[in-house]
Formats: sequence, C-alpha cells, structure tokens
Amino acid sequence: MIRFARVHKEYARSGAALTDVSFQVARGEFVFLTGPSGAGKSTILKLIYAAEKPTRGEVRVAGVATASASGTTIATLRRTLGVIFQDFRLLEDRTAEANVAFALEVTGTPRAAIGPKVARVLTQVGLASKGTSFPAELSGGEQQRVAIARALVNDPTVLIADEPTGNLDDRATRGIFQLLREINAAGTAVLMATHDLDLIKRTECRTLEIDRGQLVFDTASVGQGR
Amino acid sequence: MSAIRQALRSSQRAPVLSLLSITTIAFSLFAFGLFGLVAINIQATLTQIEERVEIRAFIADGTPIEAVSALVGDAGAFPEVQSADLVTAEAALVRAREELGEFSDIFDATILPASVDVRLREGFRDPTTVAAVAERLGTYAFVDDVRYGEEWVEKLFRLRSIAGIAGLILGGTFAAVAMIIIGATIRMTVLARAKEIEIMRLVGATDAFIRRPFLLEGLMKGILGGLVALILTWLAHRAIAQWVVATAFFDLPLMLLGITAGAALGVVGSALSVGRQLRDRA
Repeated sequence: MIRFARVHKEYARSGAALTDVSFQVARGEFVFLTGPSGAGKSTILKLIYAAEKPTRGEVRVAGVATASASGTTIATLRRTLGVIFQDFRLLEDRTAEANVAFALEVTGTPRAAIGPKVARVLTQVGLASKGTSFPAELSGGEQQRVAIARALVNDPTVLIADEPTGNLDDRATRGIFQLLREINAAGTAVLMATHDLDLIKRTECRTLEIDRGQLVFDTASVGQGR
Repeated sequence: MSAIRQALRSSQRAPVLSLLSITTIAFSLFAFGLFGLVAINIQATLTQIEERVEIRAFIADGTPIEAVSALVGDAGAFPEVQSADLVTAEAALVRAREELGEFSDIFDATILPASVDVRLREGFRDPTTVAAVAERLGTYAFVDDVRYGEEWVEKLFRLRSIAGIAGLILGGTFAAVAMIIIGATIRMTVLARAKEIEIMRLVGATDAFIRRPFLLEGLMKGILGGLVALILTWLAHRAIAQWVVATAFFDLPLMLLGITAGAALGVVGSALSVGRQLRDRA
C-alpha cells in the first residue's frame, strides 16, 4: 500500500530531513509513527500524501510513484487517502456538515449523493446530532471527529493522522484513538504520527520510530509489541 | 455549473472582501476612465482643429476657367487630398465679410483673388505633407501664391505629438497602477482563502478545479467593477458637461472595451494569485 525505498529528503534551507528511510505499510495495517519533535514524522506523512517529493529514493503509494506523478495523478491519489492534523484544519465559517460535504463537492461528487454520504460519516464518528454546529461550537475532540469524517467521506484506503490527539485531553484522546481503531477494523489502513508513548504502549500496533531523519526502530522487524 | 455556484457562494461568504475588491476594481478603472475621457476629448478637439488645416492656392487674374477647373480636378485626385474647391473672387469677398464682421466695410470691391481651397485627409495633416502639397500646387503657372499657415500647422502637429506621447505615458501609468492595485486586492481575497485551497488540495481536488471558481469570481468582480466604473465615469461626464464644458463620452466599442478590460484584469489577477498560492503550497 505504502512503500518507502531508500528515501532521502533534503530541504534547501534546513538540510537533510530524512536519510535512507525504507519501510512498507500493508493494506489494512495500523501503524504508529513516533519520534521526538523535528525527527521527520511530518515529512514522512507529507511524502505519502505527495505534498513533498523525495530528493532521492522512491515513495510509492497505492502503486503511484509520487516523484514522477502528474498533478492530476496526485489529485486522484489523494482521493484514496484521508488526512487529519493536530489543528483539525476545519473551515470556521461552515457547519460540520458543510465541512464534510466540502471534500465531496471539490472532488466532483453528484449533489444528490452528498447529503446521504455526509450523514453516514457523521454518524460513524458519533456526531449525527452536531451536523449543523460550527467548529467554534464544538469541543476539540468533536472538531477532530469532524476532520476524521471529512477524511473518511471519500472512502480512503489509508488514513494519515499527523498528531491527531496532540491538542486533546486524555478522554478525547481515548475517544479519537478508539474511533481510529474502529476505522482500521473496517479495513482502512491507518498511519498515525504521535509522540504519546502511553498510547503506543497500551496497544500492540506496529510502531516505526524516527530519530534525526532515520528509521531507528520498526516493531515489525522484531515482532509485535514493545 | 458547480464552479459558478462555488464562486457565488465564496462571494457571499466574504461580502465585505468581495465588496472591497469590486470597489477597488471600480475606482481603479474609474481613474483610468477619467483619464480616457480627458484623452478622447483632447483628441476630438485636436481633430476638429486639424480639420481646419487648409491650403489656399491663389489664382492669377484672368486665368481661364478651364485651367482653374483642371487644377481643381488635379488637386482633388492627389491621394492626400480630401477636397479641392474653387472659390471665386465674389465668393472670397462674401467669405471675408462673414469672417471679419465689423471690418466688412473695407471689402467693398473685388480686391480679393479667386483661389482653390484644398483640405487634406486625416493622417495627412502633418507639416511635411502640407508643405509638399502646397509646393505641388505652386508649380502651376497661373497660381500666384500658396498659403497654409506654416507656423500654425507645425505648432498644431507638435501639440498633437506631445498629447499623444503624454497620453501613452499617463495611460500606461494609470493602467499599471490599476493593475497593481487590483492584483493586490485579488491576492488578498485568495490569501483569505488559503486554508480552503489547502484543504481542497488535500482531499484531491485538481488544480484546474481549484482555479475555476477563483477565475469565475475574478471575472464577475471584474465585470461588475467595470460597470460601476463606467457608470461613475458617465456621471462625471454629465457633471462636467452640465457645469463646465460640453464633452464627448466613449462610444459603444470603447465602453465594451472598458468592461472587457475590467473582466480581463479580474481573471488575470485571479489566475496569477491562485497560481502563486498553488505553487507555494505544492
């Protein structure tokens, strides 16, 4: 599903962000990506959703080599990915429903199909009754659920989560994590960047650890669990 | 259809910003329109004055009418010439009396010679052409003298050249300033929606899809701004015509050109701003 082969990423200003990183994520897997701040977690995620291209090596996502893909191919690829962030990135002037519907509108979904799809994912994330609320009227956990609903509405095969619980309290964190596990159980691969070690320890999911741009640990290579 | 809906919705979501950009486009084009109004009126006045450029070939007394008629025919056939007319001594006297009103008494005898009055076509009223035509008329043996107000023609031509160059520089400056202001306003509206553009890209909208509503919005604002500018310029023209001096207004093609310029500025400004935003957030 996702394949990094000897990937290097260098930025013109800050220099090397990733050095010789190789790993694969299979369909339906749940993988944690951990490491200290600035280690390169977000860079890996950006390379997956093709916001960045590798300087060397190859990144393949759903069979697409992102470095050489055209703009249209990348747009099509992104429709098979769902992305969520620590800061939710919701449009403040639109309701929860409108935020989710936005992802369908801009990918050309017929209008008649939008309403039922939005209702389905809002129910899935437990916000069926909050569809008409604006982001400012929702708690942090609820806002992240709206973002997850938006990421899910195009039925992605991979959900990429960049520190999705970073701004949430313990209770909301547990709720979001539980939701991500349910999404994963339904067949969507989840790659979640986090430095919440407690969360990682409580589960037996595969963990990739990045430090100073290098992949220093992969539980897949030493057996499940830590 | 979806792009039009999105463009309309975006304008509704940020009414103040939309109003601001339409107003900016309108006032930038209004300033340009006022300049245009001044330019076309100066141009029209100069053309009117130029139409009076006339070469007068005075005919010697006793010249047979056939010879003078031949001269009228020859001169009328010159490519530069618009008209060549015979003015008899009697007609010259009537004209002099009309033109010189209070001094009309002194013209009580046929003291004025007959002449062939030649007017030139538009585009041939420069000093060189006028002098050349005058010289050719002077080659006829029965032509006593040729007059065309040499100094006056040169001054007029110089004035037209200065007006033309000043018009180009001022017009170019006004257009550049309008483009910069409009570009900055549109950039502001695009920046206000940077997050929206980023999300569109993340969920898989193509660049063309993202661009379309912005271009349409730019087009709509440009047309609206152009129309408002046209109305403002017309009001200014009416006010000047009523209180100061009668002025000419743009003809239909020029009005359409103004609105098209507004639309083009809106579309190009939007295309550049969105393009930049998409490149910055690759």
